[in-house]
Amino acid sequence: MTNLFVKNKDIVVPGEELATGMDYLPGFGTYRDSDKIIANRLGLLSIDGRAIKVVPLSGKYVPKRGDVIIAQIKDITLNGWILDTNSAYSAMLQVKDAVSEYITKGADLTRYFNFGDYIVCKITQVTSQKLVDVTTKGPGLKKLQHGRIIKVIASKVPRVIGKQGSMIGMVKQATDCRIIVGQNGLVWVSGSPKDELLAVKTINKIGQESHISGLTDRIKAFLEKESGKKITAVVTE
Amino acid sequence: MMQKRLDGRKFDELRKIEAKVGIIPKADGSAMFRMGDTLAYAAVYGPRSLYPRFLQNPEKGILRCNYNMMPFAGCGERIRPGGNRRSKEISYVTEKALLPVVNLDDFPNAVVDVFIELPQTDAGTRCAGICAASMALADAGITMKDLVVAVSTGRIGDKLLVDLTYDEEAYKEESVADMPIAMLGRTGEITLLQLDGELTKEQIKKAIELGKKAGQKIYEIQTKALKEKYMVK
Repeated sequence: MTNLFVKNKDIVVPGEELATGMDYLPGFGTYRDSDKIIANRLGLLSIDGRAIKVVPLSGKYVPKRGDVIIAQIKDITLNGWILDTNSAYSAMLQVKDAVSEYITKGADLTRYFNFGDYIVCKITQVTSQKLVDVTTKGPGLKKLQHGRIIKVIASKVPRVIGKQGSMIGMVKQATDCRIIVGQNGLVWVSGSPKDELLAVKTINKIGQESHISGLTDRIKAFLEKESGKKITAVVTE
Repeated sequence: MMQKRLDGRKFDELRKIEAKVGIIPKADGSAMFRMGDTLAYAAVYGPRSLYPRFLQNPEKGILRCNYNMMPFAGCGERIRPGGNRRSKEISYVTEKALLPVVNLDDFPNAVVDVFIELPQTDAGTRCAGICAASMALADAGITMKDLVVAVSTGRIGDKLLVDLTYDEEAYKEESVADMPIAMLGRTGEITLLQLDGELTKEQIKKAIELGKKAGQKIYEIQTKALKEKYMVK
């Protein structure tokens, strides 16, 4: 006997019974207890065919291979830099993954990245013990200058970016800011002070309201009202 | 013999409960849980890196709980602030009550910190603290297999009752026993059971029965509070 106790897009809490029977499969954020599927995270339910998963609404960033993140230099070692990734784990950036020119032993690494600098980097490797390696070799990976850094909840990053970057595209268009969103929830915003403020306000608003439907339209209306510009790149949900 | 409870409740009736999630914006997860005049706040930080390094466990993460009654809580007599023997013990049993649900494999070498503060107390503080902490953990997005609910049960004379107030715990006319229970919300598996006073085997069985029934009501309130944070207004 197969039964589904919840609807798509319901908010579920840990321990909540989602379904019984073997017709459904437990996905991310759920587990199976004999013939029941139980949620083990707080989040939004998503049913995709037979698979049931929970999309988290909160939680810290967990480093994942291939993610482009914004990280801060917190230490310098013999052969590289140690970065704060806004998660429980720091990342290691080796000299060979950062600089292409030849560097002699004992050279001053602060010439490239100094303490407190923010960089855009890509995670190349994560071990089971969560040792994280990153690289700054690749398109768009660099040290960040000027601008400001804000934080959003890591699980909301996909909503801040939007489908094919539609959401962040709207913000860029309305505010004339350059914006980079790291998968770890750090966002870099650079533009004139007034524009930066609007961008920050909008991004925070997206973070707070991301689980409520009609987000794109609401953000578009908000941006048009605040900036007085017409937003052309319309993408609806 | 006690015919009626001091505050007029039925013997298996809980005090008025209020629960709210996300009340400390700076924390990764937070919750408030109020049972009558007992008020508990819980804040969760992490997973975050753990120092000093010798505390780290490369196989699984660590859960750290800290229970604290504020100096002005309780009867109004000023208490020396900071930890004492009692708070250390309750921190420890709270941690043990929450451990079975938290998936520590997710964050090796890291720690999740749970801070429980009680600005106002009227008995049942560890139970209120555990209820608040389990909601705060869920709010922090920690992977956990169930919520933990906790309720105190006890005996005055030969009457069994749930959710004792301080006046009931300190009742002088008859002998009193008090037994806090923490259990998983869905399955009812017990994660904390302490006893202060004397109960017979039969009474313990009955008290646990009462506790489980009361726990279900608390579980509903916790679930509702967690969902309410994200409800469309």
